[in-house]
Amino acid sequence: MIHYIGHRLLQLIPLLIAISIIAFVIIQLPPGDYLTTYINQLELSGTKVSESAIVALERQYGLDKPMYQQYFIWMKNILLHGDFGRSFSWNEPVSKVIGERLVLTMVISIFTLIVTWLIAIPIGIYSAVRQYSVLDYIFSFIGFIGLAVPNFLIALVIVYFVFDTTGIAITGLFSPEYADAPWSFAKVLDLLQRIWVPVLIIATAGTAGLIRTMRGMLLDELSKQYVVTARAKGVAEKKLLFKYPVRVAVNPLISTIGWTLPTIISGEAIVSIVLNLPTTGPVLLDAFRTQDMYLAGSFILILSILTVIGTLLSDILLAWVDPRIRFGGVEE
Amino acid sequence: MEENTQTVHAPDTKEDDQTILEIHDLKTYFHLDEGILKAVDGVDLTIKRGKTLGIVGESGSGKSVATKSILQIVDPPGKVEGEIKLKRSRKGKEEWIDIGKLNPTGEKIRDIRGAEISMIFQEPMKAFSSIHTIGNQITEAILIHSEVDQEEAKRIAIDFLIKVGMSNPEQRFDQYPHELSGGMRQRAMIAMALCCNPAILIADEPTTALDVTVQAQVLDLINHLKETLDTSVIFITHDLGVIAEMSDEVAVMYLGKVIEYTDVETLFYGALHPYTQALLKSIPSVAHTKGELDSIKGTVPIPMNLPKGCGFYSRCKYAVNGVCNVDDIPFTKVNDNHYVRCVRLDEIENRG
Repeated sequence: MIHYIGHRLLQLIPLLIAISIIAFVIIQLPPGDYLTTYINQLELSGTKVSESAIVALERQYGLDKPMYQQYFIWMKNILLHGDFGRSFSWNEPVSKVIGERLVLTMVISIFTLIVTWLIAIPIGIYSAVRQYSVLDYIFSFIGFIGLAVPNFLIALVIVYFVFDTTGIAITGLFSPEYADAPWSFAKVLDLLQRIWVPVLIIATAGTAGLIRTMRGMLLDELSKQYVVTARAKGVAEKKLLFKYPVRVAVNPLISTIGWTLPTIISGEAIVSIVLNLPTTGPVLLDAFRTQDMYLAGSFILILSILTVIGTLLSDILLAWVDPRIRFGGVEE
Repeated sequence: MEENTQTVHAPDTKEDDQTILEIHDLKTYFHLDEGILKAVDGVDLTIKRGKTLGIVGESGSGKSVATKSILQIVDPPGKVEGEIKLKRSRKGKEEWIDIGKLNPTGEKIRDIRGAEISMIFQEPMKAFSSIHTIGNQITEAILIHSEVDQEEAKRIAIDFLIKVGMSNPEQRFDQYPHELSGGMRQRAMIAMALCCNPAILIADEPTTALDVTVQAQVLDLINHLKETLDTSVIFITHDLGVIAEMSDEVAVMYLGKVIEYTDVETLFYGALHPYTQALLKSIPSVAHTKGELDSIKGTVPIPMNLPKGCGFYSRCKYAVNGVCNVDDIPFTKVNDNHYVRCVRLDEIENRG
C-alpha cells in the first residue's frame, strides 16, 4: 500500500510541471493582455496614453519579456517565495485576493460533498431496492427537476421567497456585523448558521445526479451472481444488501471525489454571484474577463492541483476499499 | 393451467425412508408485461439420501430456475408455487417441512439455505464477491448456521478447504477470489457450500466455466465428498457425458417440464422420448467418425403463450398433427423407474 502511494506521488511531479506550463499558456492565448484592457479603459475615460507610458507600464508589469521568461519568473516566485504574482485589477498579491476566499470555498465544497452523499446514497439505495415503487417514482421526479433546473435559478427563487415572507436577506456567508470583522469564535458560529442555504442549493444538482448514479449502479449489482450466492448461504436480506452490492456500488462513486473537488470550486460561480458569496467563483470569472493573467493563471494552477490531489485521494481510497485495484487488476 | 388428471407423480416413493426431498407440481412463473413466462411448469422430482439426481436439458429448459425455486431464490418477478417437501431431523425427530410455503425472505427459509440445502454455481469468479476474502465468505456461512465463534469458524473453514484439496489453505483463507485459479475458486465454492454439512447439494453446471482437465478433478471431488459426507446431489448440466459420470437418476427437462425420468442406465440404453433420443444422438462418438454429427433442428421456444400440446412438437420427427398438439401430454409410467411425457410411445418403441 505504501509502495503504491509512493509510486503515485512520484508520478505527480511531471504531471504538475506540465499542468503549470499549460495553465500559463492558456492565459496567454487570448489576443491582448491586461494592458490592452487597461489602456482601453483609460482611453474610454478620456485619458490619452502615450507610447512611453505604455512601455513604462509594460516594464512595470514585466510584460516586455518573452513568454518563457515570464513563465520562469512566475514559477520561481511560486516555488521559492510562495508568491503567485500580483493581480493587476485588484492591485494586491494574488495570494491575498484568493486566500480567504479559497478557504471559504473549500468549507462550502466539503459541506456540500457531505450533504450530497448523505442525502443521495440512502435515497439511491432505496430507489434501487424498491425499483418502480411509488417513492422511487417520486424521488426520480424530484431528482430530474433538480438536475434540470439550474442551481442559480433555485437560489434566486429561494432568496426572493425568504425575503418576501420574512424580510431576511439570506445572501452572503456572514451577517452584516461579521462581514468585515476579524475571525473569531462568534464569526465561525455565524458562518455555520448561514452556510446551509448555499450548501443545500449547490448540493441540489449533485444530489439529483448522484441518486441516479447510485440507483443505476446498485441495480446492476443487485442482479449479480454473488448476491444470489450470499442469499443461497442464508444471509439475511438487509445484511446482504450492505455487505455486498452496496459496498461494490459505492466504489465508483469514490473515484468521482477527484473531480468533484474542483467543479464545486469553479462551477458554482453564478450561484455565488446570486447569493453574494465571498468565494472564488466570481473572482475567477472576473479575472478571465479582464485578462488579469497572474490571478487567472494561479486559479487554473490551483484548481488543477486540487484535481490532481482529489484524484490521488480517491485512488488511494479506492485501493483501500477494493482489493482488485490494490493488487493490480483482475486476471480472467 | 388446468390440472392434468392423468399426471403420474414421479417415482411413487412417498413413504420411502430414503427420500429426503420431494417436489410436486413445482411451477415458477414470471409475470412480465409481455405475458406469463412459464420457466418451470409442473415439475415433480424426488431426491434420495446419498444419491445424485442429474437434471439435463438445453439452455432455457428451466433446469436452473427449477433448482433456484427449491431455495426460493428465483430472481424477481419470478413466483414459485407447488410443494417442496424437505425431510429434516430436528431434536432427533424427523419432520417434513414444505419450503414452498415459507416466506422467501423469512428466517425459516434462511435456516434451510446453506445449512440443509446449499448450492454451487456455474462461474465461481462471479459467484464469489470480489471484494471479500474467500475466508470471510466461507466463515460467514458457518457463523450464520452454527453457534461457533470467529476462531472456531475459521478452523472449520480451513478444515473444509483441506477437504476440497486446496493447497496452502491457511494462505488461501486470506486471499481474494481473483487471486485464485478457476479450479481453485470452484473448490473454494464447494468448501463454502459443504461447510455446514447440508443434506442436499445443488450443483448448477459447476464445471461449465472450467477447462477440461479441471472439470474432471471437480467432478471427482463432488463424487468423493458425496460419499464421505453422505450428501445428496442435484446435478444440473447440459452435458450428457457428465450425467453418465455423476448421476444415479436423471430427469430430462424441456420447456419447463420433465419429459423423461429414469435411472442413468436406462437413459443411455433405453431412452424413449424423441427429445432424449435426439440429445443422445448429438453426442460425438469415437466409434462413428464418418458423416456429420446429428443436431436437433431449431431452438427451444420461449416458454410464453405456447400452443397446447407437446412443447417439442415443432422439432419432433414423430410429431403427428391432431395427436401431439391437442392436449397437455401426460407423464406416462413405462415401468417402475421410467416415466416419459409422450403420446407416441408405442410407435417409437415399435421402431426400436
